[in-house]
Amino acid sequence: MPSLKSLRTRINSVKSTRKITQAMKMVAASKLKRAQAQAQAARPYAERMERMLGSLAASIAGRPDAPRLLVGTGRSERHLLIVMAADRGLCGAFNSSLVRFARSRIRTLLAEGKEVRIITVGRRARDLLRRDHGKLIVDSVTFIGKPRIGFADAQAIAGKVRDLLEQDAFDVCTLIYNRFKSVIVQVPMEQTLIPASIPAASEDSSGKDPAAIYEYEPSEEEILARLLPENLSVQIYRALLDSAAGEQGARMAAMDNATRNAGQMIAKLTLAYNRQRQANITKELIEIISGAEAV
Amino acid sequence: MANGLTLEIVSPEELLLSEKVDMAIIPAVEGDIGALPGHAPMIVSLRPGVVRAQVNGASAHEFVVVGGFAEIMPDRCTVVATEAVPAENATAEWIGERVRAAEAAYARTAMTAEVEAREDALRQTQLAALRRS
Repeated sequence: MPSLKSLRTRINSVKSTRKITQAMKMVAASKLKRAQAQAQAARPYAERMERMLGSLAASIAGRPDAPRLLVGTGRSERHLLIVMAADRGLCGAFNSSLVRFARSRIRTLLAEGKEVRIITVGRRARDLLRRDHGKLIVDSVTFIGKPRIGFADAQAIAGKVRDLLEQDAFDVCTLIYNRFKSVIVQVPMEQTLIPASIPAASEDSSGKDPAAIYEYEPSEEEILARLLPENLSVQIYRALLDSAAGEQGARMAAMDNATRNAGQMIAKLTLAYNRQRQANITKELIEIISGAEAV
Repeated sequence: MANGLTLEIVSPEELLLSEKVDMAIIPAVEGDIGALPGHAPMIVSLRPGVVRAQVNGASAHEFVVVGGFAEIMPDRCTVVATEAVPAENATAEWIGERVRAAEAAYARTAMTAEVEAREDALRQTQLAALRRS
């Protein structure tokens, strides 16, 4: 039977835990709002970029001298995986489910006899993958201490990918990240960056200009050469923002759960405390009464 | 197609403008392009400079862009800029910051033609903005 004092201490400690989780939930909610707004703001750029690239790439992809960023090396022996998770924990299964997904991908690729290299984004991704696949990690990026993800961060990652491509270090580049489905649902998924997945050029969303014949200035090749690196950055930026919003959403849900659990725990402990208190009083009364009777 | 031209200016971080204009003047790499409604479809690469929009014969919007692309269609013109700000926000400090960032990047990388070109490009932005003020 726990003593009254120990019950009281426990109730107090659970109460202060609840305060913390509640505050974290609030913080995550406000950060989520910001992250969502940022992801929303970035969408038009990515869409326009995709449209332009679609019309350009369709005309160039078939050529033998097509740039590598677009068509890759034509083989699929060496894979570069960019695994994108969060820098911090306490966000439910956000990191672990992503890493589990990445691990199973890595295992499949290795089982097929392919070469795998990994770039991790976010401290958690690095920490969780290091144990099993530490040797495969070629680079890791974290955003610790950065209040906000900027386009420059995405450009930096894209730069690393391009450098590796120039060194002929991989054939296929895949991005693994948590897609933001809704505030409580994030789905780990993969997206192939190189060779670039070309959006269907002829299907313009408006339908007004089916596969318009463009003039190019300067030449098609030159524009493509500038557009492709940019597109790579945009894809990564988009994933970064999605992942950031997902992280806050997951944290909010996790903290909401924790707060609710703490509430339940407090109710249970309070009940036990009151019972104990009452039992003590009854016991004392019995002692007094039976003492009086004995006299 | 006399019903105007929709000018859109987007940067990776936001949609800066989406409005009907009479004419858009775009700093393309091979010289400025004036896009009127009904322009032939065209994709151009941009040099750093100022995108101008005209409504009713008067200059309506000015944006400083640091490179990017523009897609011109008969009824719309989309400027996809690597970085863009309204011209009134493009202060000497803003440009100085970019020049400093470029110089830092320059110090890190070996001297390549590409880097030189980028520096040149930034100087041109600066000049363009200075000429304006």
